[in-house]
Amino acid sequence: MSAESKDGRDQRVATVAATIAFVVGIGGGIAFAIVYSVGAETGWYTQALGGSLAVATAAIGIGSVIWAHKLMPHGPEEEERPFPGGNPDERAKMLATYDDSLEEIGRRRLLGRLLFAAVGVTGLASLFPIRSLGPSPFPERARTAWNRGVRLVTEEGHPVPVDELDVNGILTVFPEGHIHDADAQTVLLRVPSDIFEPLDGREDWSVDGYVAYSKVCTHNGCPVGLYQVETQQLFCPCHQSAFDVLQGAKPTFGPATRPLPQLPLAVDGQGYLIARGDYDVPVGPGFWTWPSAARQETG
Amino acid sequence: MIERLARWVDRRVGGSEFAEKKLTKIFPESWTFLFGEVALYCFVILVMTGTFLAVFYESSLVDTTYEGSYAPLRGVEMTAAYHSVIQLSFDVRAGLFFRQMHHWAALVFVAAIVVHLSRVFFTGAFRRPRELNWAIGVTLLLISLIEGFAGYSLLDDLLSGTGLRIAHAVMESIPLIGTWTTSLIFGGPFPGEYIMSRLFTGHVFLLPALLAGLIGVHLALVFRQTHTQFPGPGRTQRNVVGARLWPTYTAMSFGMFALTTAVLAALGGLVQINPVWYYGPYEPFIVSTGAQPDWYMGWLEGALRIFPAWEFTGWGFMLANPFFPAVLLPTLTFVVLYFYPALERTLTRDWGYHHILDRPRDRPIRTAFGAAGLSFYVVLHIAGAQDIIATQLNVSIVSTMYTLRAAALVVPILVALITYRWCRDLAGSSQRPARAGAEAEAAQPAPRPAPAYGHGASPAEEE
Repeated sequence: MSAESKDGRDQRVATVAATIAFVVGIGGGIAFAIVYSVGAETGWYTQALGGSLAVATAAIGIGSVIWAHKLMPHGPEEEERPFPGGNPDERAKMLATYDDSLEEIGRRRLLGRLLFAAVGVTGLASLFPIRSLGPSPFPERARTAWNRGVRLVTEEGHPVPVDELDVNGILTVFPEGHIHDADAQTVLLRVPSDIFEPLDGREDWSVDGYVAYSKVCTHNGCPVGLYQVETQQLFCPCHQSAFDVLQGAKPTFGPATRPLPQLPLAVDGQGYLIARGDYDVPVGPGFWTWPSAARQETG
Repeated sequence: MIERLARWVDRRVGGSEFAEKKLTKIFPESWTFLFGEVALYCFVILVMTGTFLAVFYESSLVDTTYEGSYAPLRGVEMTAAYHSVIQLSFDVRAGLFFRQMHHWAALVFVAAIVVHLSRVFFTGAFRRPRELNWAIGVTLLLISLIEGFAGYSLLDDLLSGTGLRIAHAVMESIPLIGTWTTSLIFGGPFPGEYIMSRLFTGHVFLLPALLAGLIGVHLALVFRQTHTQFPGPGRTQRNVVGARLWPTYTAMSFGMFALTTAVLAALGGLVQINPVWYYGPYEPFIVSTGAQPDWYMGWLEGALRIFPAWEFTGWGFMLANPFFPAVLLPTLTFVVLYFYPALERTLTRDWGYHHILDRPRDRPIRTAFGAAGLSFYVVLHIAGAQDIIATQLNVSIVSTMYTLRAAALVVPILVALITYRWCRDLAGSSQRPARAGAEAEAAQPAPRPAPAYGHGASPAEEE
């Protein structure tokens, strides 16, 4: 068999293959339209849409590639590169034209400077509306909705009586009137009294084994929602920081650097848990002005 | 028909000579050149499916109660944003299909960009005169990452809300401007009043417009500067060998578009992605275990997880922990990417034009550096799943984290050494003629006396 007739046969095979592919493409397109129109009630709607569109476009793609590869001229053809390009003469001419234009306007130097100044001033002034985007981060970033005498409420809004939790129990609480507030979310834990030693200066921050920490992780702000009772650790599922409940929620593992702020607790006249004040430092992740925000709060 | 159209245009606009040249423009053929095209066609699919989604999406944090056809969520309080996504998924014809196709297209888009960037890097296609297009490509990657994250965050499901909470923390950790910028962008303390509508504006208008514009410039530069080609018989610095733009290359490229669409349609229809109705609406006080971001954010997630618990306070300011893994690391990453061509040019003192590509084995130092860099990000990516690894392998999270920290430092060095050695062995063992050919090509530019073309120009000429 000569090379020519082999080529001829290859081309015939390719033509047949591309023909089949394009016919399948037509069929796939029709199938997609039918599936879309009548298939919505079937349990396989999404799959059938994807399947039919995939068949249609795959067939079109395969047919096109066969056509291009086997039946179109491939050369290989050659073309000269215009690059490395750039023509020094044209460049010199362009620069000369630019210099000439400078000379023409050069006599109006004061006008040029004034225009420059006016555009600059107006441009800077037009940056001011950026401030409309949002409020100042302060004092909100430095404090939360917790305050002296504010009741702890559950995510449904119920106040928390002193006998709410069993020992080793955990509950997410909010300041009354601020349910679901992202920054004020707090975990209330009831630690066995025999192993709980309040930190110096925080002797009167817990009641009956109840201790409350900010639920906002000091690393990236995820809710520190996992409580491992055996080791008395709070655990953040986002980046695996762990905090020791018995030591003022000091970080013990992972990327977190600062303890979870502790909420000072008390009991009101009706036997419900209340806060004695706000957190003494900003909750959540660190930020550039954190130290001054922390001072603002204590001061 | 075509003739009349051509006459109509030519009499009013002209440009027939230009069009004729473009029709016969030559493009070299190699399967390694396809990844950029795949990315381009993913972008086209993203715009088309995204337009469909945008018609139904509502960028609002207003509370509503779900009463639609998906029973498990009936009666659940949720934001209008999440509500519209659930409606789109269950009650809009083909809504779920286009949503899944859009998500898959985004994942493949970024993947294709990364593979394309790696191809350009390892073959040295970024060298003079293509440094500008390299920088545009790196910018496209950067915008794509932000664009992808913004789109992912629009759904306001539990996972994306958690991601947004982390992004908030990262943004706040930026020195000097972080606290204020974050408050402005979110429109107040987290979660902020306006964040959804701003993400939406960014995701469907600002960032796609930037991407489309830069893709246009990227392609125009490929046209203008001509495509690189691998060494081979008859291929020199001064010619392009391959197939014509019309019809062969156009048909090939159209086929690639159809095949990319086919893969994305199959994925979108058959492979479930981001089933947000299982995750539930976002509440800032709820979090799930085993949470994972989209793949292209995995390296940052991993870096946040295994970076040591460092934080620095002084002079009334704080360099918060997320700054190092999630602000400094990506900044350095992109600085290195942007300046790599200049860095290599300076170190190798090679100021010449390069239209002939390198085989990676012939540039062992560059290849080793690139492989080491990739391996570093792969380790970080794996670290982004350290909790899942710990539970699956039944090892403690403590040892997992320390292992990954060590791996992030050691693996890149090992990979660099192995790659360097491997390149040397391959180059040494490959057939003499091919090797000699490659060397001849590489050596070609400098001695050519072609002043008008500026071969081997000095750094001063560079400016």
